[in-house]
Amino acid sequence: MSFDANAKQAQLQSLVDTVLKHAREKGASAAEVAANSSHGITATVRLGEVETIENTSDNGLGITVYYGQRKGSASTSDLSDGAIDEALTAACDIAKYAAEDPCAGLPDENLLAKEWPDLDLYHPWQIPVEETISIATACEAAARSYDPRISNSDGATVNQDEGVGVYGNSLGFNAGYPSSRHTISCSVLASENDEMQRDYWYSTARDSRDLESVESIGRRAAERTISRLGARKLSTRSAPILFKPEVAAGLLRNFIGAISGGSLYRKSSFLLDSLGQQVFPEWVSVHEDPLKPGGLASAPFDSEGVATSARDIVADGVIQGYVLSSYSARRLGMETTGNAGGVRNLTITPNTESFEEMLAALDTGLIVTEMMGQGLNMVTGDYSRGAAGFWVEKGEILYPVEEITIAGNLGQMLKDLLAVGNDADYPGSIQTGSWLIRAMMIAGE
Amino acid sequence: MTTSYELASRQLLAPVSIGEQEIDRLLGELCAHQLDYADIYFQASRLEAWTLEDGIVKEGSYNIEQGAGIRANSGEKTGFAYTDDLDFASLLSAAKTSRAIAASGSSVTVPVSLRHQPALYQPVNPLDTISREDKIQLLHEVEEHARAQDPRIQQVIVSLVAAHDSVVVAATDGTLAGDIRPLVRMNVHVIAEQQGRREQGSAGAGGRTTLEFFITGRGLNLAEEASRQALVNLEAVDAPAGLMPVVLGSGWPGVLLHEAVGHGLEGDFNRKGTSVFSGRVGEQVASPLCTVVDDGTLEQRRGSLNMDDEGTQTQQTVLIEKGILKGYMQDKLNARLSGCQSTGNGRRESYAHLPMPRMTNTYMLAGEQEPDEIIASVDKGLYAVNFGGGQVDITSGKFVFSASEAYLIENGKITVPVKGATLIGNGPDVLTMVSMVGNDLALDAGVGVCGKDGQSVPVGIGQPTLKIDELTVGGTA
Repeated sequence: MSFDANAKQAQLQSLVDTVLKHAREKGASAAEVAANSSHGITATVRLGEVETIENTSDNGLGITVYYGQRKGSASTSDLSDGAIDEALTAACDIAKYAAEDPCAGLPDENLLAKEWPDLDLYHPWQIPVEETISIATACEAAARSYDPRISNSDGATVNQDEGVGVYGNSLGFNAGYPSSRHTISCSVLASENDEMQRDYWYSTARDSRDLESVESIGRRAAERTISRLGARKLSTRSAPILFKPEVAAGLLRNFIGAISGGSLYRKSSFLLDSLGQQVFPEWVSVHEDPLKPGGLASAPFDSEGVATSARDIVADGVIQGYVLSSYSARRLGMETTGNAGGVRNLTITPNTESFEEMLAALDTGLIVTEMMGQGLNMVTGDYSRGAAGFWVEKGEILYPVEEITIAGNLGQMLKDLLAVGNDADYPGSIQTGSWLIRAMMIAGE
Repeated sequence: MTTSYELASRQLLAPVSIGEQEIDRLLGELCAHQLDYADIYFQASRLEAWTLEDGIVKEGSYNIEQGAGIRANSGEKTGFAYTDDLDFASLLSAAKTSRAIAASGSSVTVPVSLRHQPALYQPVNPLDTISREDKIQLLHEVEEHARAQDPRIQQVIVSLVAAHDSVVVAATDGTLAGDIRPLVRMNVHVIAEQQGRREQGSAGAGGRTTLEFFITGRGLNLAEEASRQALVNLEAVDAPAGLMPVVLGSGWPGVLLHEAVGHGLEGDFNRKGTSVFSGRVGEQVASPLCTVVDDGTLEQRRGSLNMDDEGTQTQQTVLIEKGILKGYMQDKLNARLSGCQSTGNGRRESYAHLPMPRMTNTYMLAGEQEPDEIIASVDKGLYAVNFGGGQVDITSGKFVFSASEAYLIENGKITVPVKGATLIGNGPDVLTMVSMVGNDLALDAGVGVCGKDGQSVPVGIGQPTLKIDELTVGGTA
């Protein structure tokens, strides 16, 4: 199967126009339509043999119609005329039953993107399935040969995906762009005595040439797994916590959730009325760059066509702006920040030279490499999650720990941020180094 | 009476001119390669959702998902392709793509034939049984009832979801089966405020039935329950930290079983030897008071199915009997590779996902103790009655689940409410520390969603009140 992105984009843009026209014919005063189509292959190799080859091919079309201030939505995975007509009819019917909402409606026309630079998001990885399999095989082999204690495998997976997304509305906006994303991951098990542990590593990029080497992915999956062997519990105590990048990114994501429009207008956030307030120490800045070339979350316009631009969300520890869509902005009496669909490419500025420096600053405390469970109450900020990692004394890593929890309040944890490392190495659209937090309660034996 | 298969094939296949002849031809194409098994999964679903917020029904949505997934198994290998276009050419192309997992040759097949199937739920379309006016009125009644509970209730969100799912499965092992699966759910979420402190409460219910389910008072009960929880949480003090006796209430706290043992007993992990429970059938993994089953045959339950997504009739599978590990949950692939029978646990999120062993309704059978006796037996500990989600690492066995309503037990009595906290334990150990099991088995209200490998499916959980002698409670005090 081949995928012609240009032809597909033209086809989807024409489909969006047609659906917008039909919405108007059905009496809608305004409408917006998003359509996407993607295609890919995922191959998994386990214990040196092919386990699965999945051919993915996904389509979707989402419609929102407005009758004045009444709104209805529908979506379909089937892009046939019949299914689209059924979806549009349902959206129009729903709108007739919905109540008038003064904040409902399309974005303000003057905020829509007028131009969109090529953000270098489309690099199809056109390799035959046999080559995909050999890449996965090499990756898993690198992990399995790393240490004799690597005893089993969940396999290595190589995924290539490309697609097109298009958005149009009745203000005359209709634009789209192709993108690609490729991932190599590996997960292995290690055994020693009666203990069994598992961990993984992965790399993901718009362009396959930017992926970490298969040897490195396999080796790091194995290293991480081996390092968990010999895990102990801790006794219950309060201690400083060093969150590695893979879990620190989650804390930053939680913070973003608390300053997102939906949480704010529902008064479901521990950071209500925090705009202009100091929530982090003075040295902290958090930056969003939606236009970063090749970025995993880059987009020239948000999911309602509003132009995106780079900005500081936090500067000098003070919140500079919320994370808003047109709807949540109107609810709060503000202007959209171009964040319909979420934040895009976040970074937090480090204040530390190296991980070793952070270890020294931690002195005696806990390094957290994994957290389990949902455990955050967004209304209060109360935080309690399962954790695993390493116990450190006098700056020296002593042994792995597991089956403990860490608890505190996220609002306080942000204030208690002592250091951010320059060791951002975990893949994803949120890039942060490790976080050192003054103290949290550890529950264990 | 028209069978579910006839209804499903009429709704799903007739409009695209796919009949048994076309299905036979597709299976024939698959069998032109050396396969052990292949199946075709046709699906059409419709989902309608409404949300009431700030006193108005400001939003509704309608979702269509339909297509077919074609899977081919050869040894441990699986080839998979799917299409949202149900014309014969697209299906044929998907069949050729998935069979490429094995070399050409021939496979043994059994001619398809219809199987008898139970009717655990009616083949109804819950989107249509009540009018949109009635759905909206129901949302308003529930919202007003929540606000009427107490002036401290500030924010109320009520959502209502109805889904109608039709599936047909045809396979080279002779399976030809269909199912019509209604599913409804209502959730109420409130925020209460008192002197600047805000706390939340939530409640939900549902099952494989129609929206009339909520009109009979169940909707109002949810409003009361969510409000009660939020008001309790306004009084909550910091939760304790450390190892202590924990009494879990009946019903939803059964998320313990889902995480601590359920996932670890799924057939795929055990075949591959990646679960902490691998190779332990016949061993003692729980106290003799514990018998745990997975049961897809409970009428109208959220996790129930007339057949699983491979066309196998669901059943009650004993996982742990009086503390002894009896068996695993299997789909066809893992059953074949492990030399046993499918237990009717082969499930998939949709036609665009591969099936794997998944839970249905997982619960512990009742014991003999009165719940009051169990609480009275604890000197100092935690009584947890409502939970959010949980998570497990099936390899190390470590699991968590997060309490959203809990109390201190002091000198055998429930004293003060405490804030939510995560509880953490080790799957193979935790049930060995169950020292008392109540006589009050209850299943959850029907809102559970289980995630595995990126696929979500509806499930049920349940248990009687039970006491765990020692579990780590992740509070701050």
